[in-house]
Amino acid sequence: MTVTAAIEIEHLWTQFSDDLGNIKIVHQDINLTIARGEIVGLVGASGCGKTTLLREIMGLQTPSQGRVRLMGETLDGFLTHTAMATAAQLCGVLFQRGALFSALDVFENIAFPLRETGIRDERVIERLVIMKLLAVGLQPQNAWLKPAELSGGMIKRVALARALILEPGLLLLDEPTAGLDPIASQDFVDLLAGLHRQLHFTVVLVTHDLDVLRDLCTKVAVLADRQVIAYGSLPFVLQGRHAFINDFFHNLRAKRVFQNLGYEHG
Amino acid sequence: MSSKTDPNPLPGQALRLVESRLEDGRVCVGLAGDWTLARLLPDKDVLKKLQALGDTPELHWDLSAMALLDSYAALQIWQAWGGHLPVSIQGSRDHLRLLEHWQEVPGMVPVLTPRRSVAQIMEQTLNKPLRNFFGHVLSVLALLGQLVLDFGYLLANVRAIPWPDVIGTVYDTGVRALGITALLGFLIGIVLSYLSALQLQMFGGEIFIINILGMSIIRELGPLLAAILVAGRSGSAMTAQIGIMRVTEELDALSAMGISHSLRLVLPKVTALAVVLPLLAVWTSAAALLGGILSAQGILDISYRQFLFKLPEVVPLSNLLIALLKSTVFGFCIALIACHFGFKIKPNTESLGNETTNSVVAAITAVIMMDAVFAILFMAVGFS
Repeated sequence: MTVTAAIEIEHLWTQFSDDLGNIKIVHQDINLTIARGEIVGLVGASGCGKTTLLREIMGLQTPSQGRVRLMGETLDGFLTHTAMATAAQLCGVLFQRGALFSALDVFENIAFPLRETGIRDERVIERLVIMKLLAVGLQPQNAWLKPAELSGGMIKRVALARALILEPGLLLLDEPTAGLDPIASQDFVDLLAGLHRQLHFTVVLVTHDLDVLRDLCTKVAVLADRQVIAYGSLPFVLQGRHAFINDFFHNLRAKRVFQNLGYEHG
Repeated sequence: MSSKTDPNPLPGQALRLVESRLEDGRVCVGLAGDWTLARLLPDKDVLKKLQALGDTPELHWDLSAMALLDSYAALQIWQAWGGHLPVSIQGSRDHLRLLEHWQEVPGMVPVLTPRRSVAQIMEQTLNKPLRNFFGHVLSVLALLGQLVLDFGYLLANVRAIPWPDVIGTVYDTGVRALGITALLGFLIGIVLSYLSALQLQMFGGEIFIINILGMSIIRELGPLLAAILVAGRSGSAMTAQIGIMRVTEELDALSAMGISHSLRLVLPKVTALAVVLPLLAVWTSAAALLGGILSAQGILDISYRQFLFKLPEVVPLSNLLIALLKSTVFGFCIALIACHFGFKIKPNTESLGNETTNSVVAAITAVIMMDAVFAILFMAVGFS
C-alpha cells in the first residue's frame, strides 16, 4: 500500500475579478503537501484567502490554475457530480457558523450524511448517531432539539458530529473555536485531540486562536502575501522572519501563550 | 491510483471474510482488509454472510489481518455477534476496544407521545385552524392599531417620517413592476376584446365592445390584476425580507437600538404600496385598453378615434375613482398582510417557505374578498 499524502496542492492560483474588470490575485502559486495524520493550523491575516483555500480543498470552489489532490485523488473535474461525491466521501467539513439544516432536528442533521450513503437500517443509524453525540459531549436527549434552540457551543458540537459521522480521513474546520468561550474552546480542543487519537484523521483548520495552535496543531501553515510563507511545526514557524509572523506571533499576547513552549522569542 | 483503470477507486485494501478449518476441527472466520463503511455498504453478500455466521456458536474469530475498522463496520459486526464478544476471538486491542465500545452506547431515549382522545383530535382538526384564523385576524388588527398610532406620532413629529424607506419601496414595488404589469394587462386586453367581439358580432352589437371593455377593465380587471401581481411580486418579497431579518437577528438589533419595527419596517411598506397600487392599476388598465383597442380595430373595424371618443361617455368618471379607492385599500392590505406573516416567521428554512406561501395566498384571498365587498357597496354608483 503506497502512502499518499492527505492533501497535495500544486501551483494553485486564485484570482477574482470585480465588475470593473479589476483582477485581484488571492493565491499566487501555492504549493503545499500535508501528510496523513497531521493537524494543520492555517493562519493568516483577515481576508488573505484562508477560507477560500479551504473551500478549494473541499471542492466548493475552483482555483483559477493548479490542482488539489485529496488522498491521491485528483479533483480535476472540479464541481462535477463525481468530483463532489468523491470530495464529500473523503472529507468532513465544519463551517464557520455550523451550517446545520435549520428545518431538521439534531438527530436528523447528524444522520443526514448516513442516509445519503444509502444506509436504510434505522437501528444502525440510531446507534451511530448516539455514539457520535456522546463522542462530541452531548446527551442523547439533545437529539430532538432544533438548531434554533441550541447554544453556539452546542451548534459547533453538532456540526462536528455531523462532519465526523462518516469517519472521513480528512477533516476541514473553518474557525472551529471562533465565538466560543475559553472553556468551551478548550473543551473543543480536548475533544478533537481525543478523537484524533482514536480515528487518526488529517485535520486542516483555519484559526486565529493561539491556544488552538499550541495545544492541538502538529503543523502550522502561514498564509501571507498570497503565498504560504511558512509550513512546519510551531517552533519552526516562530523562527520565520516575515513581517506577518512578527505581528501575529511575536507580541505580548502571543508571548503569554507560548511562554511554556520552551521557545525563546527573538 | 486513477479511477478510470481501477474498478475499485478506494485507497487501501479490499475487505475479506474467509472461512477455514482449524486443526482441532473448529471453523475459523477470518475478517481481513479494510472494514469501513465505504467498503462494507456496497458488499451486501459479506454482510449477509456475517449475520448468518454470527448466530453460529463455537466459531473462532480471527481479526488479526484486519487493517482498518470504522464505527459502522464495528457496529455491524457487534450486532451480528448479538451484542457480546464471541468466546473464541483474536485480534488487535484497538479493534476489540472499538467493538466493545458499542456495549456502552445506550439506545435512543424514546419520545413519549401521549394517546390522543377524540376530543383532542377534533380540536386539532376543527378548532385549531379556526383559532389560527382568528389569531391571524387579531394580530393583523393589532398591527393596524399600531400603524394608526405611528401615523399619529408622525403627524406630531414630521421629521421622523422615514422618507428614504418609503421612496425605496415605491421604486421597488412600483417602478420596477411597470414592465410586467403592462405586458400582462396588454395581453389580457387583447384576449378579452377578441372573445367579446366574437360574441357581439353574433348579435350585431359590435359598438358595445367599448362599454364592455371600458367597464370591466377600468372598474374591475385593472385594479384586480395589478393587486394580484403586486401581492405575488412585492408581498412575497416583503414577507421574506422581514423573515430573513428575524433569522439574522436584525429585528432584534433594531429593537435594541430603540427603533420601532412598525415605524421603520411596516409603515413605509404600507404607505408605499397604498400610493403605488392605484398608479399601477391605472397603468395596467391603460395597457389593457390599448390591447383591447388594437384587437377591436383588427376584428370589428372600430377605429381607435371612435373608441377613445366614446369611452368617457359610456364609462363615467366615478368608475375610475372607485378603482383608485379600491387599489389604495388593496395596496394597504397587501403590505399589512405581508408584514404580518413576515413577523410570524421562525428562524428556520421551513417556516420561511411556509409563511411566504401563506402571505401570498392570504393577500390574494383578501384582495378578492374586498373586491366583492366594494362591488356590493358601490352597486348603484358609476353606471350611465
